[in-house]
Amino acid sequence: MGNRVAIVGAGMTKFVRRAQETGQELAFYATKAALDSCGMKLDQIDGVVLGSAPDTFDGVHMKGEYLSPGAGAWGKPYMRCYVGGGTGVFSVAHGWYHVASGVFDTCLVVCEEKMSSFQPHPQGAFLTIFDHTTERPLKPNLLWIFALEMNRYMNTYGLRKEDIARVAVKNKNNAIDHPAAQLGGKVTLDDILNSEVLAWPVQRLDVSPVSDGAVALVLANESIARRVTDKPVWIEGVGWALDTAYWTNRDLCYPRYVEEAARMAYKMAGITDPRHQIHIAEPYDPFDYKELHHMEGLLLCGRGEAPQLTLDGVTQRDGELPVCPSGGLLGVGNPIAAAGLMKVAELFWQLRGEAGKRQVARKAKRGVAQAWGDLMQVGAVVVVGI
Amino acid sequence: MPIRGSGGGLAASEKPKLDGGFPGTGLSDEDIKEGKVLTTRWKADAKYGWDAGVAISRYLAGLKEGKILGVRCHKCGRTMVPPRIFCEWCFRNIDEWVELKDTGTVNTFSLCYVTWDVKRIKEPQIPAVIEIDGASKGMGIMHLLGEVDPKKVYIGMRVKAVWKEPAEREGAITDIRYWKPL
Repeated sequence: MGNRVAIVGAGMTKFVRRAQETGQELAFYATKAALDSCGMKLDQIDGVVLGSAPDTFDGVHMKGEYLSPGAGAWGKPYMRCYVGGGTGVFSVAHGWYHVASGVFDTCLVVCEEKMSSFQPHPQGAFLTIFDHTTERPLKPNLLWIFALEMNRYMNTYGLRKEDIARVAVKNKNNAIDHPAAQLGGKVTLDDILNSEVLAWPVQRLDVSPVSDGAVALVLANESIARRVTDKPVWIEGVGWALDTAYWTNRDLCYPRYVEEAARMAYKMAGITDPRHQIHIAEPYDPFDYKELHHMEGLLLCGRGEAPQLTLDGVTQRDGELPVCPSGGLLGVGNPIAAAGLMKVAELFWQLRGEAGKRQVARKAKRGVAQAWGDLMQVGAVVVVGI
Repeated sequence: MPIRGSGGGLAASEKPKLDGGFPGTGLSDEDIKEGKVLTTRWKADAKYGWDAGVAISRYLAGLKEGKILGVRCHKCGRTMVPPRIFCEWCFRNIDEWVELKDTGTVNTFSLCYVTWDVKRIKEPQIPAVIEIDGASKGMGIMHLLGEVDPKKVYIGMRVKAVWKEPAEREGAITDIRYWKPL
């Protein structure tokens, strides 16, 4: 299936609230850091993939083109890709096929998001995801769809709030060890359960913060990868899928779009038993229930079983299957597209043993990252290994 | 839309602040309180004229008459709402239009205490996905619940549409005011 593709470099900015840097500046810092991390120069890069969420956040039309100088795309073949919140992981698939096809030998994958430009709150920019005729006249709130999905998930499996809140406790505490994290901190189960109710069952600490930030990866084919690093991290499988946009016609308790994307990625990676062949997972966790939802969609456990794995400590950094050892979106922050790419960057650092205080206890040789987005319908999955 | 700039004495740093090697500098609450941040406002005059399309137009016309219309695909056997002119599973034209009931079952709901721009409200709005009677199992629409104690809403609750008076209806989803317990 084409040429082998490796990740050879990674860089990111801090994820912060209301960055003073512009989106271009954030993209530049991440991109430069990624190139520096593998000792490469921009003239060694054949093409650039940029992932960023809706233009609405920044109020800049075609913001990919606007950001492109900061992403090193001047004078190069350039493509923006966008599948809502799934963008960060999808952009790696995008970069992968540029290199796997042999069209490019090297490719930069850059994701940037600046959520804070939209006033008074970026939630307002999201509202246009609802159908303009049949839903928007009801004056919807973006939180509704997550609350509706979370309630359905809890009801289907008879879960209590604490079964889900443990994810937020784990991830926010994991993020304490991430130097780029926005929201790492010691929180307890009671803190989560006593936080302000926004849209029941969603409470304030069940949700990731509004963030600004950028992440970049350098992809290379095998011959270049072996030249620039002795620790390439191979992209073993990529997958993506969409569920129907008729979201009120779906069973909201299970993310089928993730399963479809995961099956595609696993098949490519030769994975037949994900629970045992995946050693570390970075599923998308903008809400705490989503980590559980996505662990199930990624076939890392059976339906409705993810809360028990969390309770048993299996998903802790020193557990048998560390999940979001980075701190995830709940802890590191959620600059949408950048947050998804952060997950792949985390696997890169973890598999190379470069994750510092975040390094997982178990020897990890293969990891899976996943992101989700738009009208709760996008699945994007990447499997990487050493 | 306000545009924020870093003016008014906020020194633009040429180099990023390095904290643990990761660049990126957050603006503090103080910066905003102390007026170190410039904002400008302009009102976007963006207006859209959407076509409702073939299927939703008929759906809206049905609502004006106090009816909820769905469509049926004979191949997969699904009765769908909201209606569309195609079955996205079978990828073929739908076969017929059907009138559904104005009763249903709460598939899931939320009690929402914030507005779209994150302002607090005391009495929660209660959005729900309501499975419509007469449609296939799991086929729901998003709408609001009313005339119900928020503490007493549950998944599986039977509900009925509360319609506007015929003279007030305009062929919109809001021709149903809300859904109340049956």
